[in-house]
Amino acid sequence: MTDVCFQMKGTAVTAVVMDLYNYSSGVFYEQLKQKIDTAPHFFNASPLVLNLSSYDGLLQSEHLSQVVASCRELGLQPMACKAAPEHLLGAIKKLGMACLPASNARTTKIEAEPVAQVESPRATKIITRPIRSGQQVYAEGSDLILMAAVSEGAEVLADGHIHVYGPLRGRALAGVKGDTDARIFCRQMEAELVSIAGYFILNDKLREQCWKQPAQVYLEGESIQVAAL
Amino acid sequence: MAKIIVVTSGKGGVGKTTTSAAIGTGLALRGFKTVVIDFDVGLRNLDLIMGCERRVVYDFVNVINKEANLNQALIKDKRTPGLYILPASQTRDKDALTMEGVQTVLDNLAKDFEYIICDSPAGIEQGAQMALYFADEAIVVTNPEVSSVRDSDRILGILQSKSLKAEQGGTVKEHLLLTRYNPERVAAAEMLSVADVEDILAVPLLGVIPESDAVLKASNQGAPVILDHESEAGQAYLDAVSRLLGEEVEHRFLEVQKKGFLKRLLGGKK
Ligand SMILES: Nc1ncnc2c1ncn2[C@@H]1O[C@H](COP(=O)(O)OP(=O)(O)OP(=O)(O)O)[C@@H](O)[C@H]1O
Ligand SMILES: [Mg+2]
Repeated sequence: MTDVCFQMKGTAVTAVVMDLYNYSSGVFYEQLKQKIDTAPHFFNASPLVLNLSSYDGLLQSEHLSQVVASCRELGLQPMACKAAPEHLLGAIKKLGMACLPASNARTTKIEAEPVAQVESPRATKIITRPIRSGQQVYAEGSDLILMAAVSEGAEVLADGHIHVYGPLRGRALAGVKGDTDARIFCRQMEAELVSIAGYFILNDKLREQCWKQPAQVYLEGESIQVAAL
Repeated sequence: MAKIIVVTSGKGGVGKTTTSAAIGTGLALRGFKTVVIDFDVGLRNLDLIMGCERRVVYDFVNVINKEANLNQALIKDKRTPGLYILPASQTRDKDALTMEGVQTVLDNLAKDFEYIICDSPAGIEQGAQMALYFADEAIVVTNPEVSSVRDSDRILGILQSKSLKAEQGGTVKEHLLLTRYNPERVAAAEMLSVADVEDILAVPLLGVIPESDAVLKASNQGAPVILDHESEAGQAYLDAVSRLLGEEVEHRFLEVQKKGFLKRLLGGKK
């Protein structure tokens, strides 16, 4: 009898998706560098999926190699191309990357990728007491559920989502390690600041929408959205 | 088992010492053997408000430093049976209190007393943290204004994270006492209302003590205002003591007084 060598499991990997619109060598590198400098923590060693569905024109294979090289040089880990045209399939393979279909086939395909980073299941942190002014709570590697108020002057942070069932009057920062899919949900929005993956808006902006109402906060591109629940 | 109650606030001058004297006296009036400890080392106010300043010989720090024993330092109140005061020293520096020293004194008092009231100094630093560390319950004294409410919020956070109870995984029972409440100024939106403060702090309301000249008069006379049954502040403190003992008493003095015919005839009293 031989021991089992492996087990197959389905998983979802958090990755950055880059929609490539056009390419010219120096410009691309500069823009990417600038982007990464805005949130180096977030981009560092992040798996990257290159989405070519919006590419304007025909991307040459040597340009694709340059894109991938630039990404690698700047610390990203390109792992797949999405919606690649026929003529690039060979080049992608040579670059050691996988091909993903254009549409939303994420559930069927990603498990077959060379997985750069497997996430362990999140153990949600639940706190029943109010978070008072001057206090800070951080749910590392997980979601955060707060059953009571978050006072003005208090700060709550999570790598995942944040749910607040009392009034949210302090600062709430979700996805602090860069998860752009993280959201903040609250029953009564009165926050001083909300942030997703490093992007944030302040109290003055928040007052314009859903103030003291149930609301959710999420990221759309680089813009923080507040919507009624 | 003695119950240790800290009277705390964060912000200074909101009425902690006035409250400690009143609540301590009120509990003794209800038949509980009570001691009020002044933790405000260097300022010493409690003995003035309780009218026993001339009888202070030894103090809290002397006991901790073993320069006197507890019985030498405890002052028996002249008016209210079963009430004692452990005064703070006026001359020592703030670091004179040590955690072990405080614990020993509290342990010894706990053998004899049913209630131990700790009058905290202002602030959220070491002195205030020392006063609240061993507490079973806390009366958080708040004035109806934003800065006082914010400080109370901070001290509540410290209470539930830096007290012995919290360190052992438990909670300190919280009571909110709103003092210097002035319904006219609330109506004029110059002060926060009871509802505003309750909404922000979310702590059960022990009482609302109206702003009253009787308080100043009482402290000048060295007699806790709770002994002035004529005054609204005195009555409000009596109600608060009843609630502290678990009785249900309706809140009074929250609304602007409509001066009625009889009141006007009698001149109305504050
Ligand atoms: N209900 C009240 N109505 C009117 N004046 C009051 C009332 N309560 C307290 N005061 C006044 O407020 C002042 C401060 O009160 P007190 O000394 O009790 O506050 P404290 O919180 O102990 O202050 P500290 O932080 O300096 O120890 C005193 O002059 C007192 O007479
Ligand atoms: Mg005082």
